[in-house]
Amino acid sequence: MARFEGTANYVATEDLKVAVNAAVLLRRPLLVKGEPGTGKTVLAHEIAKAVGAPLIEWNVKSTTKAQQGLYEYDAVARLRDGQLGDERVHDIANYIKKGKLWEAFTSRQLPVLLIDEIDKADIEFPNDLLQELDRMSFDVYETRERIEAKERPIVVITSNNEKELPDAFLRRCFFHYIKFPDRETMQAIIDVHFPGIQKTLVSKAMDIFYEVRDVPGLKKKPSTSELLDWLKLLLNEDMPLDVLQTKDPTKAIPPLHGALLKNEQDVMLFEKLAFMARRQN
Amino acid sequence: MFFNFIDELRAAGIPASFKEHLVLLEALDKDVIEQTPEAFYYLSRATFVKDEGLLDRFDQVFNKVFKGLLTNYGQNPVDIPEDWLKAVAEKFLTPEEMAEIEKLGSWEEIMETLKKRLKEQQKRHEGGNKWVGTGGTSPYGNSGYNPEGVRIGGEGGNKRALKVWEKREFQNLDNTRELGTRNIKIALRRLRRFAREGHLDELDIDATIDGTARQGWLDIKMRAERRNAVKVLLFLDVGGSMDPFIKLVEELFSAASAEFKNLEFFYFHNCLYEGVWKDNKRRWSERTNTWDILHKYGHDYKVIFVGDAAMSPYEITHPGGSVEHFNEEAGTEWLRRVAHVYPATVWINPVPEKQWSYSQSTKMIKELVGGSMYPLTLQGLDDAMRELTRKKH
Repeated sequence: MARFEGTANYVATEDLKVAVNAAVLLRRPLLVKGEPGTGKTVLAHEIAKAVGAPLIEWNVKSTTKAQQGLYEYDAVARLRDGQLGDERVHDIANYIKKGKLWEAFTSRQLPVLLIDEIDKADIEFPNDLLQELDRMSFDVYETRERIEAKERPIVVITSNNEKELPDAFLRRCFFHYIKFPDRETMQAIIDVHFPGIQKTLVSKAMDIFYEVRDVPGLKKKPSTSELLDWLKLLLNEDMPLDVLQTKDPTKAIPPLHGALLKNEQDVMLFEKLAFMARRQN
Repeated sequence: MFFNFIDELRAAGIPASFKEHLVLLEALDKDVIEQTPEAFYYLSRATFVKDEGLLDRFDQVFNKVFKGLLTNYGQNPVDIPEDWLKAVAEKFLTPEEMAEIEKLGSWEEIMETLKKRLKEQQKRHEGGNKWVGTGGTSPYGNSGYNPEGVRIGGEGGNKRALKVWEKREFQNLDNTRELGTRNIKIALRRLRRFAREGHLDELDIDATIDGTARQGWLDIKMRAERRNAVKVLLFLDVGGSMDPFIKLVEELFSAASAEFKNLEFFYFHNCLYEGVWKDNKRRWSERTNTWDILHKYGHDYKVIFVGDAAMSPYEITHPGGSVEHFNEEAGTEWLRRVAHVYPATVWINPVPEKQWSYSQSTKMIKELVGGSMYPLTLQGLDDAMRELTRKKH
């Protein structure tokens, strides 16, 4: 199997490559954490692309149950069919709906299974999946069959949260924390997304971006995806370079700040800073 | 292989287990990584560390365990080829000088001393007569005038490139983890008691099937959703010494009100007395008698006090000890009553745990709530919630 080296659209740091390759070769789940917007979900897409495997996405919500990943038995539909005298009612298998794990286990081609934002679900959710992910098999009680993975799928799990996943679950995973990219990596990421972008614009924009991130007391620090959005806006609006270059402290709010600051309290904080700068002058 | 690595990791509080050790060996066996120290560092990090808060600690342990070992792989300027030095010396030194050097001992001894000094010496050194450096009279170093001087070409020991794990990039993540409301909610979620109560809004499949089979027609049965039915009484200390913790307590409060449906909260000042209040602006006009609370809310309520427990001991032990009013009964009495009526009582203290022992009142209150005092940290909350769950009424 091809080693994961990052792709044309995704800049992977050395440590990330090692973690991904270890998970792919040993077929153990890879648990990815990091600030929102650092490319956790995208990583699974890129791994799938790099190893040429189909991606099966399981987006976890607060109401998601572990069982739904295996299968669901639609008793109500069967009941209704029973009333209507449908023939299908005699075979219970007609009412078993396959879940994402089932799909991944029985996929003809080796898939990449993404369990996205596992921390959103109930606290017991990871524990409920422990056996299934470890043995890569489960039983369907209604039909008394056992679903077994011919080949262990590549599993990528993302989480936004800390201190919540049970130890037993963690022991079975490789872990990678995507830290916020330093300037160099950020430059590489921007080059990948906006080839041929004006160098001075990027460097000015990055100055502003890292300054904004350093402002103490921000509720939500802008992340990589926000910087990329902001750059796209700046390009679309044909923002003249001198607007970014201005060192006038009274204009503390960066142009098109809506892409960077997602919280009205943060915008207000910036307005306050601008006001204080004006008063000092 | 690497057994002391595991031991060191565990000693540093990283929950490394044998399972992970085997995974690491398996990965090495399958040639997951190229054979460089960096790749090994990344691989072992991905294997052993499962929490970004521990990354910095891991870096330190890795540095400690592999410090001497790994440098053999890379370019280590401290390792000076002995033969080369000897050859240079023989070329440039007169026989007399060689004899002088011999005084210091054999070549092996000199090299041994050199190694030792290089190891001991951490800083750049100039002058003096012992350490390796420039312009000195020590036999080691360069630009010196000691005839025995062994020139050591090119400063290197101090400038060697910092290894990745020595940069300790994750330092900030360690122990400074923000106690956001989300994290608090997760910790509070430990306290759950599921029950079906209230509005019938969920299809009860089993009962429906059963009913349908008996009746012969579709007989839909509904039931209430399974919800967290735990009941919580929250007492919050306000004012005075609690001011530095306002934000933290605010977060705890907002998380608690989102997490617990049956939550009642009251404020008190320093210690619990005969009256509490719900609105701080009207704390004197709208008071709730503490007796009423004890009578109104059942024994199955879980009680959480939040306060720094820092006050004069008299405020706890003596009638009239309160700083704000004349209390007829001592705080001890009231706390005892609460702990008696509600067996599941904990006290959460925002003051760091190691400072507790300096305050006599903290110790007294801890005793009054049966030792169940926990710090307002994620771990502390977690423990407190476990304690509350454990204590059945």
